[in-house]
Amino acid sequence: MMVSQLTRGERQGSILIAAAVALCGLALAIAGRNDLLGVHGAFVLVGSVALIAFLLSRLDSPEPDVSRRPSEYYDDPIKVGIALSMLWAIFGMFVGVWVAAELAWPSLNFDTAWLSFGRLRPAHTTGVIFGFGGNALIATSFHVVQRTSRARLAGQISPWFVLLGYNLFCFLAVTGYLMGLTQSKEYAEPEWYADLWLVVVWVTYFVLYLRTIARRKEPHIYVANWYFMAFIVVVAILHIVNNLAIPVSLGHAWSYPIWSGVQDAMVQWWYGHNAVAFFLTAGFLGMMYYYLPKRAERPIFSYRLSILSFWGITFFYMWAGSHHLHYTALPHWVQTLGMTFSIMLLVPSWASAGNAILTLNGAWHKVRNDATLRFMFVAAVFYGLSTFEGSFLAIRPVNSLSHYTDWTVGHVHAGALGWVALITFGSIYTLVPSLWKRERMYSAALVEVHFWLALIGTLIYVFAMWNSGIVQGLMWRTYTESGTLAYSFLDSLVAMYPYYIARTLGGFLFLLGAIVGCYNIWMTVRASPAAAETALKDLPDARWAEGTATTPAE
Amino acid sequence: MAELFHRKIERTAIGFVLAIIAAASVGGIIEIAPLFTIDETVEEAPDMRPYTPLELAGRNVYMREGCYACHSQMIRTLRDDVDRYGPYSLAVESRYDHPMLWGSKRTGPDLARIGGKYSDIWHVAHLTNPRDVVPQSNMPSYPWLARTSLRTDDLGLHLAAQQLIGVPYTDEMIANAARDALGQALPDSDYAAGVQERYGDEAQISAFDGVTTELTEMDALVAYLQVLGTLTDAAYENTVAPEEAPDAEDLAAGSATASGGR
Repeated sequence: MMVSQLTRGERQGSILIAAAVALCGLALAIAGRNDLLGVHGAFVLVGSVALIAFLLSRLDSPEPDVSRRPSEYYDDPIKVGIALSMLWAIFGMFVGVWVAAELAWPSLNFDTAWLSFGRLRPAHTTGVIFGFGGNALIATSFHVVQRTSRARLAGQISPWFVLLGYNLFCFLAVTGYLMGLTQSKEYAEPEWYADLWLVVVWVTYFVLYLRTIARRKEPHIYVANWYFMAFIVVVAILHIVNNLAIPVSLGHAWSYPIWSGVQDAMVQWWYGHNAVAFFLTAGFLGMMYYYLPKRAERPIFSYRLSILSFWGITFFYMWAGSHHLHYTALPHWVQTLGMTFSIMLLVPSWASAGNAILTLNGAWHKVRNDATLRFMFVAAVFYGLSTFEGSFLAIRPVNSLSHYTDWTVGHVHAGALGWVALITFGSIYTLVPSLWKRERMYSAALVEVHFWLALIGTLIYVFAMWNSGIVQGLMWRTYTESGTLAYSFLDSLVAMYPYYIARTLGGFLFLLGAIVGCYNIWMTVRASPAAAETALKDLPDARWAEGTATTPAE
Repeated sequence: MAELFHRKIERTAIGFVLAIIAAASVGGIIEIAPLFTIDETVEEAPDMRPYTPLELAGRNVYMREGCYACHSQMIRTLRDDVDRYGPYSLAVESRYDHPMLWGSKRTGPDLARIGGKYSDIWHVAHLTNPRDVVPQSNMPSYPWLARTSLRTDDLGLHLAAQQLIGVPYTDEMIANAARDALGQALPDSDYAAGVQERYGDEAQISAFDGVTTELTEMDALVAYLQVLGTLTDAAYENTVAPEEAPDAEDLAAGSATASGGR
């Protein structure tokens, strides 16, 4: 499937690019032969040589009819992106359940370096955020930009380069952690060469996206694309600034960030919080602004709210990172700014959530009957709840209790499971049948099963972490009447065990739901295509039947 | 009016992207840039020294194993933090930390002032199997540290990279990096004296893992843990009182909830 839409010349071009990547891998393998860098170089080399071999074997297979391209969308990379996203979901969530269990039963570390909590934990966060979330964002952004611009992607090879290059980055990241390679900056752990590679991939993504928008047949750029553009542009800025580092040598994987101490802390959490804002929020709002109105067959409730929330999020979020550093050695004035903007952030956040929920007005019977739409509705609710919780936790006195405890972990998962994952599943269930030209998903009942497993899993997880976090925070600050601390740290750890077990169960149910989803998607793809009539509506030149859904109400 | 203006900018992709960059840049610039220019951001501490090569290698082991995911190194300005862990952390104490390891979660306790609180032997036993010394612990065991010899041949390169980004390592320290790493863990060797010559009399010379025939990753990690909080006395000289927990009057209610939760 990957090469059937490429001409012979494009296949040769792809081979040249893969050969260039193979050379980079070879260079790393030689320069890093006495270091773990050499292992990663060898991985890159083997992977790109395998790709070259695959392309060579298909070099002479039938070529596509190039003249038909302008009148057709380019969906092959999207299909592969969805598949990769679901595979990373299973991997990342499985590792998540495993590390959760390690906290409850430490013998699960098996005294083995690569299985120990400290190395697996970034594999979990990278697997779910960048593997599952990132692939879903790339795939859906490719889909949304084509449909809302009624134009084909502005490139034949570049979408593949973006998708596969991005997955190479994720692969280097996760295998690096297991071998012991990390910058130890949370959510920015990959080392310098992986970071540089991501810059190349990301710039390609940006250019591809803008060129596709430039081809649009609509005069206005649709709201979903505002968010995807913000996601692409701002993540690039954050990634570059936070990851500036000096490698020990060109033959070493290890590097030292140029920032240190308090400045590094501020840069790191400016990055960290805005990775939440522009990766985990803006990108997924882009998804929501397209798939939710489409599935509900209702126009977005308010164009004005869309504008307000978009610019509010883009402007306010960038100030909020310092709320991660309350009561620390960061100067007080920065903490105060961070808190103030975090509270103001509630306005655009609730404007988005409200806009989504009010869009469903008049379609509540569909929310009741259709689990796919319900995924997206509940996601919008969780988005509203976790942004409220975020603003609340950013208030300095509240943060004095919650910081360093599981409350933060619970908050992150309310957002990551309840908002990010649910909106993604809802979007994928909307997208898969139309992408593979099927009438509907293989089984509506299994979508329903997935929905309930995901919701119950999220609730168990979040309630467990609220309890453990608040109990732990209170125990740390409780004094006896004689003015000494009432509990040792160990007392507070012992109190956590029941919650750690409950959290593992919640995560396991969520993982189970994702596995059900994979099976359902696989069976949908395997089913025979629907009648040609449904497919005909989904072309750049056809006036889109549900066109109303993409035009905001005035 | 505003709506009409927006109608205009959403017709041009480049203009829209420039507007995004402009809106998104303000917060970061205003919050980050002054941290490099306002002098009070980082306190003066003339006695502050950089890590020895062995401590730096140990710090890299600490990062590699992801210890920062469960241990903070940042004592907050709150009274209960100070009572539990010691004087609250000052910015100058992590001045040479590339990157900082302040952490964001305490599944285990804060380690900013762990140095000197436990013996080397306790640390070795605890890292090899935490439950041998703390039965209720959920920390992973790290038995491979004592079995893995420490790579020292490239420590000079590590110091040189740090020198490049502003850590005050001298060329002499860089040239002697591998030797100093060995000397710090071999108290009876000829190399030991050089460590204190270059890094001050406070630098601890010890057979950290108890074995002097081989330099291991355990030596490095224990050397690092033992230096945490001891690089400068600035925090102990700082006389600004810590803050009360904001809801001190609710403590009674708080303690009731905490006991109820157990």
